[in-house]
Formats: sequence, C-alpha cells, structure tokens
Amino acid sequence: MQIFAQSIGKYFGEKRIFQYISFELNDGESLAVIGPNGSGKTTFIRILCGLIRPSEGILYYSDNDKKIGWPDLYHQIGLVGPYLELYEELTARENLAFFAKIRNLQNCDKWIEELMSRFLLRGREDDLLKEYSSGMLQRLKYVFALMGKPKILFLDEPTSNLDQQGIDIVYEIMLQQKRDGLLVIATNDPMDLKYGDSLIEINA
Amino acid sequence: MRLMLRSWYVFEKDLRQEFKSRYSLNAILLFSIVTLVAVSFSIGTFSASAEIKSALLWIILFFSAMSGLAHVFVREEEKHTADTLRLVTDPTSIFLGKFFFNLFLLLFLELIVVPLFFAVMNFKVAHTGIFLSVLLLGSTGLAAGATLIAAIVAKASAKGALFTVLSFPILLPVLISGISGTKIAVTSDTFQAAGSEVQMLFAFSVVIITAALLLFDFVWNE
Repeated sequence: MQIFAQSIGKYFGEKRIFQYISFELNDGESLAVIGPNGSGKTTFIRILCGLIRPSEGILYYSDNDKKIGWPDLYHQIGLVGPYLELYEELTARENLAFFAKIRNLQNCDKWIEELMSRFLLRGREDDLLKEYSSGMLQRLKYVFALMGKPKILFLDEPTSNLDQQGIDIVYEIMLQQKRDGLLVIATNDPMDLKYGDSLIEINA
Repeated sequence: MRLMLRSWYVFEKDLRQEFKSRYSLNAILLFSIVTLVAVSFSIGTFSASAEIKSALLWIILFFSAMSGLAHVFVREEEKHTADTLRLVTDPTSIFLGKFFFNLFLLLFLELIVVPLFFAVMNFKVAHTGIFLSVLLLGSTGLAAGATLIAAIVAKASAKGALFTVLSFPILLPVLISGISGTKIAVTSDTFQAAGSEVQMLFAFSVVIITAALLLFDFVWNE
C-alpha cells in the first residue's frame, strides 16, 4: 500500500490554507503532521481521507502499483479525529453493528469484542453513547477505526481526552499499525511525535 | 444488489435513531394535527367544496413534510456524524437510504392524518384507486425532492427557513398535480379522468430521483 501526494494545496474561497505539500508513504512507514492551531492539519487529514477534495495537486493511493479508487478505499482507511462523531442516540453495539454491515465486514464479531476489551469498554456495549464520557467516546472511536483492520490509519490528535491508560493503549496501536500498514498522525504532542518516521510541518 | 443493501442499512439506522429520539415524527405529526384541527374549526365540515378540501389536504401534507423531512441531513451535520457516514459508504447509498426513510415517514404521517382528515372534514372520494395513486406518487415526489434539498441546506445556517423557501418552487408541480388529482378522485369514478395528473406525478418522481442520484455526489462531497 502506498500514498502519493504531490503539490497538494487547499483554499477556502480566496483564503489559502496550505499549498505545495508533497510526500510518499509506503507500507511500514509513518508520517507526523505538525503545525500551530489553525494551520490546517485537520484539513490536510480530511483531504487524505477523502472527506474533502484538495484545491490543487495530485493525490492517489495504490497497492502493488495499482491505483485504488474511493469505493474500495472505504475498507482500507481508519480515522480517529475530534470532528468524527458516532451516533449518540444509539448504543455502542448498534453503532458498531451498523458500521460493520455497511462496510460489509464479515465475521468481525470476535475482533470487535477483542477491541472493546482492549479499550476497556466491555460491559458498556449496550449503553447509549450519550451516556459515555468523552474519554470513553474517544476509545470507541478507536474501535470504530480499527474494526475493519485498516491498512492506513489516520489519527488526528490521537491522545486527546484519554487518561494515561488510554494513551498507553493508543501508543501500542500506533506501533502495531506502523508494523502492519501505514500510519499518519496530526499532533503537536512531543510524545506522539516519537511515532512518526517522517515529518511535515504546516504553517498558517 | 450491494447498493440496495447499503441503502437499507442507512434507512434502518435512521429508523432506529428516529424511534429513539422521535424528533421528525413528533414535528410532522404535531404540525399536521394542529393544522387539521385549526382548519376544521375555521371553515367547518360541510361548507367547503371538494376543490377546497383537496387543496387543504395537500397544504397540510406539504407543510407537515417541510417541518420534518429536512432532519435526515440536518441531524448528520449538526451532530458531526456526516463525516463518519462519508467515510464508510458511497453517496448514492446515503441518498437512497435517506429518501426511503423520508418516504416511510411521509406515508406513516398519511396513515394517521388522511383518515383523520376524512373524518373531521367529512371528505369522501368517488374513486379510491385515483386517490391512493395520487397520494403515493405525490409522496414519492415530495420525499425525493425534500431529501435532495435537505442535503443542500444542511450546511447552511438558516436551515429551516431555507428548506421551505427552496422546496416550494421545486415541489410546486407535486402540489398542483396532487390537488388536481385529489379533486378528480372526489368527483370522477373513472381512472382515465386523472390520467394526466397521475402521469405528471409519476414523471416528476422519476425526474427528481434521477436528478438527485446524478447531483447528490456533488452536493454531499462539496
């Protein structure tokens, strides 16, 4: 799996957020994106995930030199970010069941159970998400992101809202993802930056 | 096949959310019942002609739909779940799922409001087939148009007002043909009499669903 980006730029109307960002990321590699608040780190991650389109530049994903388009990429990408919310009127189990069905994930029940245990959410599966604390919601977002065993994992502010126990779990996940696929993190936390092999700095 | 299955999952999720929050259902049911009661008190049961009663029925249905159908997309944007949905499935499945949900909501509303309207307004139809065809096709057009417009206005700040203002000119053909078809169902006992209204409603539904399927990718992702 590979991500290739050349001269990526984004404008909102006349306002330039960033431009000329290029990088190449291969299996087993990780990338950290840094920059002050408001510099466009989140916008950059949203572009990489296909949530918004870049204003200029080339961005594509490939596997064994074969380009992968968006319908297939839904199964390859996992994202955790502060702007990505789950359905608070539903329980954790209902949320995960919906995402598993719509992404056509087969026989994933055991894996989801494992993830729920790993993120210390076992026993809270049938609680409505509006009853969850912000830390529990952040953990559940990791379960959502990892349930499809994504080849590319995007983490925007990966340790926000988490206690030390949660942060340790996330660091384990980041190490594992670096071994098994690609990892992109957007952060300003020096501890998180240790998990990035290469660095892109975005300046407002 | 997978497309329809994914649309079904979106529909099922929306239904589950609605069942738990009852936001749209309460809004459209309360609006329609309050309007129906107000209308029946103000004009009485026997004084109005079939034309006026047909128009009143569609006005109640149209504005009740306007009060609740935008919620399918507004909820996703306001609760920041739209990105989550964008990340897991394609725009066409999302549009179809939301359209089926709005259609279901509208038909459920009609199941309650139409018999009430018949009882309160002393409304009688000569040809049930025409009436049901007009109602079903009109609801399909209303639901499809409202779903697309809801997606367009979901990111705007004055969503409620904008939704009705944008919907009215686009959905006006449904309203006019619906009123005309219902009037014919009251006065005529042959299906042929309402041929042009039924054709118009069918054509409108096909055009709006096709246009929505073509445009929705752009509306959803831009």
